[in-house]
Amino acid sequence: MLSLFRKSLNTGIVTTTYPDEPDIPREGYRGLPEREADKCTLCGRCSDVCQTDAITITINVETGTAWSLDPKRCLFCGYCVEACPEGALKMSLTYELAERATATQTAESSVEAASAVKRLLGRSINIRHLDSGSCNACEWEMTTLTGPVYDIQRLGFDFVASPRHADLLMVTGPVTRNLEIAVKKTYSATPAPKIIVAVGTCACSGGICGQSYASAGGVNQILPVDIYIPGCPPRPQALIHGLLQAMEKDR
Amino acid sequence: MTRHELAARIEDDLSPIMSIEVKLPTSSDDVIHLETAKENLSATAGYLYKEQGCQLVQMLGNDEREICGSFRVYLVFVHVQAGLTLILRAAIAPEDPVYASITPVLPAAHWYEREIRDLYGLEPKGHPQLRRLAVHKDWPKQHYPLRRDFPLTKKVPRSVGEFKFIPVEGEGVMQIPVGPIHAGIIEPGHFRFSVVGENVLHLEARFFYTHRGMEKLAEGKTPQEGLLIAERICGACSFSHSLAYCLALEKLTGTTVSVRADAIRTLGMELERLYNHIGDVGNICAGIGFAFGTMQGARLKENMQQLNETLFGSRFLRGINTPGGVRRDLNSDQSSLILQTLSRVEGEFRELTEIILASESYLNRVQGTGLLRHDIASELHAVGPAARASGVDRDLRRDHPYAAYAKLTFRVPVLQEGDVLARVKLRIEETFESMSIIRQVLASMPEGELKITLKPLPAYAYAVGMTESARGENVHFVMAGQDGRIFRHMVRSASYCNWPVVPSTVPGNIVPDFPLINKSFELCYSCLDR
Repeated sequence: MLSLFRKSLNTGIVTTTYPDEPDIPREGYRGLPEREADKCTLCGRCSDVCQTDAITITINVETGTAWSLDPKRCLFCGYCVEACPEGALKMSLTYELAERATATQTAESSVEAASAVKRLLGRSINIRHLDSGSCNACEWEMTTLTGPVYDIQRLGFDFVASPRHADLLMVTGPVTRNLEIAVKKTYSATPAPKIIVAVGTCACSGGICGQSYASAGGVNQILPVDIYIPGCPPRPQALIHGLLQAMEKDR
Repeated sequence: MTRHELAARIEDDLSPIMSIEVKLPTSSDDVIHLETAKENLSATAGYLYKEQGCQLVQMLGNDEREICGSFRVYLVFVHVQAGLTLILRAAIAPEDPVYASITPVLPAAHWYEREIRDLYGLEPKGHPQLRRLAVHKDWPKQHYPLRRDFPLTKKVPRSVGEFKFIPVEGEGVMQIPVGPIHAGIIEPGHFRFSVVGENVLHLEARFFYTHRGMEKLAEGKTPQEGLLIAERICGACSFSHSLAYCLALEKLTGTTVSVRADAIRTLGMELERLYNHIGDVGNICAGIGFAFGTMQGARLKENMQQLNETLFGSRFLRGINTPGGVRRDLNSDQSSLILQTLSRVEGEFRELTEIILASESYLNRVQGTGLLRHDIASELHAVGPAARASGVDRDLRRDHPYAAYAKLTFRVPVLQEGDVLARVKLRIEETFESMSIIRQVLASMPEGELKITLKPLPAYAYAVGMTESARGENVHFVMAGQDGRIFRHMVRSASYCNWPVVPSTVPGNIVPDFPLINKSFELCYSCLDR
């Protein structure tokens, strides 16, 4: 017993300073691919090798040809970087990629829901995890949030055991056929106002699973999503960033 | 016994009594290919298992109607002493999609046969428990998603159906349904407990909620494209799955990767084992509310995952393996970072486990709990730490060495008790062995090309790649098509073998012990469901 206390005291505080201070990954991290427009010849090889159609090159006579990358579809595999003959692409260190759904995607404005939740509950938000067919990587990172290093309770978030106690659902996975009914039931068991966060590239867009006999191709095919947190899986810090975005909390 | 002796003996024993075609291994290959008529399949499988001591490590269906006009089933065996893989196959004509079930002679075939029935519509006649496994009750009849003429994106309507759990009756017997959505941050599955008071009489589990059609997705992909799928079968086994897939392709094409790539792959395998084992030893404490162990374990696991990210850019070691080698190198600074981290984590992990194992209240809960019997583990081919904690002395790293394992010295710990405590102790011992393996690899990092070009895929050739993940063997079967693309990719994870034995360990325990027992196996759902 004494050795246990001694170990706890000797361990000290291990909690990260994120989000008060930025946490930039080391060089070599597989963040969002970044393009140097000057070097790019728009040859299209990057979009050819992309398995999830994350890269789009649109040809428009009036506005010129445009290159775009949708983080919600990106697997962060780096194939595009390797395929680029000009060296115009590199894996950046960018990982805070949470984005709010556009108005057309959600019936209710997520801003309204967020402010209602905030008004009612102040800084305390209860989260329920909902696995809609994930590979378990997003789950591991969410579990990590409750551990000593990321400790999201210090930011007013906590995970609860029932959707009936939740203000926010973090949904992982592309929504498989075998979970679709459970996903809908969990959603309806969550009292309004509620915020839906799609966690990971599968939940954001279907990712590698796409749309198939077994997969709906993303949470927004089934539920109104408010916030997307891309990543395969997202870093724990990216999850914190997304949750703060969802609650419109400042750093 | 050498592999040639074994091959010769099989041919001598079987050819007088049945038509069987034996293809001997070539010098670069450690595989014997066997082909027989479906009428002989069960007898041949029984002979290999019972007479020759071969283990069934994988069984799969394949729709080869466009190649040979029929379906085929494949059984992959390993023979440990001879270091040999045997792949037995038999054609099953579409007009008569029935074969005699192998399960009565080889119990480890029980789930595979149910899965093949669900996905291909091949009926194992005489199977003792023929219920649905891979498709759920609302999946309509006569729809077989892995048949080649079933389109990937087909929308299948829901039908009305029923799944019958085995009835448990008697005075005071209650049922407790749990899941698929659980209370923690974990994956989905359904558990049906039959209890009297707190005592569990029987447990049944229902899986395949996270079935994402990954094997269907792999069809028609190039080796490089297929890698992204293999890597995403499971988060916590990303590296061992991607490596097993690469090994299958390299065997298929006769590609030999460089010794440096082998060394980096070995490091990846052990780094994956470390963050899993350390995290598991901590997380098992969560099963009894021992927060000190949970949090200390979580902290050390986080240290290991941060190390993964610093070294390779991914906390789950994704993006390293590629068919033909690896995509990431390791410099000397990184090597010393690994050694520094290991020496700190090793000391702390030793201290932590000493404290945990000295706690009376912890021992009280884990000792004798969730007993996996040796005979069940052995007959149903349980794998990994769970099997080794029940006296099954099997580890692919030693028995079928891949990557750099043949050159390394390590011990395979085996315990006999088979309870939660044994599974914890086994992981602790393996953690230290793992660290020693990493030090050996780093002590003599060989030079070599990171990646060589994969040779072209020979049409309709097939091969098996196997790795020992933190949870046990992962077996990947890959068959090439005519166009240099993948025709069939079947993934048999460690969880596939171990989930069926988990329910056998619960009766006789109380309901609150289930989370603890479950955590001591720490199986993946997505690994199984695919």
